[in-house]
Amino acid sequence: MAKTIAQEFKKGLWDEIPPFRLVLGLCPVLAVTTTAENGLGMGLATTFVLVCSNLLVSLLRNNIPPRIRVPCFIIIIATFVIMVELLMQAFAYGLFLNLGIFIPLIVVNCVVLGRAEAFASKNKVLPSLADGLGIGIGFTMSLGVLGAVRESLGTGMISGVEVFGSSFEPFEFMVQAPGAFVALGLLLCIMNIIGKK
Amino acid sequence: MREMVKMVATLTILASVAGGLLATVETTTAERIEQAVLEYVQGPAILSIMEDVSNDPLADRFSLEIDGEERSFFIGKKDGEPKLVAFEGKASGYGGDIGVMVGINIETGEIAGIGITTHSETPGVGSRAESDVRFLTSFVGIPVVEEDNIRIGDDGGDVANIGGATVTARGVCTAVRRVGDAYKNYESEIKTQVEAFAG
Repeated sequence: MAKTIAQEFKKGLWDEIPPFRLVLGLCPVLAVTTTAENGLGMGLATTFVLVCSNLLVSLLRNNIPPRIRVPCFIIIIATFVIMVELLMQAFAYGLFLNLGIFIPLIVVNCVVLGRAEAFASKNKVLPSLADGLGIGIGFTMSLGVLGAVRESLGTGMISGVEVFGSSFEPFEFMVQAPGAFVALGLLLCIMNIIGKK
Repeated sequence: MREMVKMVATLTILASVAGGLLATVETTTAERIEQAVLEYVQGPAILSIMEDVSNDPLADRFSLEIDGEERSFFIGKKDGEPKLVAFEGKASGYGGDIGVMVGINIETGEIAGIGITTHSETPGVGSRAESDVRFLTSFVGIPVVEEDNIRIGDDGGDVANIGGATVTARGVCTAVRRVGDAYKNYESEIKTQVEAFAG
């Protein structure tokens, strides 16, 4: 094996951090990151699905006939997504109301299916777990940062705490759809500058 | 042929296991979800109607079948005695169904307050029904069975209109009248249930 488990975990945090390096799964990234809390909640839900589906796909990888692997992956992923949805309704209903339709849409998040197809179906259980966890945490961090940037610039507050003082005039468009693209572009740019050094 | 059988078998087993698993999660979370929906969807409306009660209206509730449909009733007590009962009515507004929680004073039969639970009215126009104090408080004190009074001023009733959102205001009135209808038809059943909470 070329990479150690620690390397599989670490690559998701920077080298292959999903929204910025892979530029995958952008729909929830753009839609739910109006606040830091929503971004983190969405990220954690996706992480749970990623880790569980990677684990199961890797476990079953020798038993799934290649020609129907995608339907099998989808069943596994959909099961965990519905589980997340039910658990979130039971324990974090407020967050569930904020994220709404984007929770069931994790099923079609290409990061999740992408990791199942590209990694877990070809690798052993432990590296697959590390991969899922790394990519998931990377995804959560990205959404959290993006949400924090948009929330702080768009409303001047993060979770109700003022960050720029009361004289700050919020850029309201940052919490609307165009702000999502602007913030994502700026963060991508910063990451590329840091990455070049 | 063998490959075919294997594919069918794999998918069948996988789907059955997934179904079984989800059914388990569903049954174990059902109660908590019901509680959460109460708290977040109907809770705020109920608590706004029953501000000065001495009990927890969300805990003191019963259900009753009204016109073939199971409905939840919430009780508000003052000094340990049940004084208010609240339940929900629905009617269509401008963008879909509006759910209205109506609190009724059991002794006088007057409306003690109303609160909007769910709606899909236009944001900033019809959605003002949720928070327009003049509109919401104009229901207070009207006997819930007086259909003619539970209409906006233009229709000859006692309810204040919401400027620019007449359709929404009429929808809310209809929902309240439906609650009044149900209260009239099932008054004795409701009162029997409420009395069980006394003392």
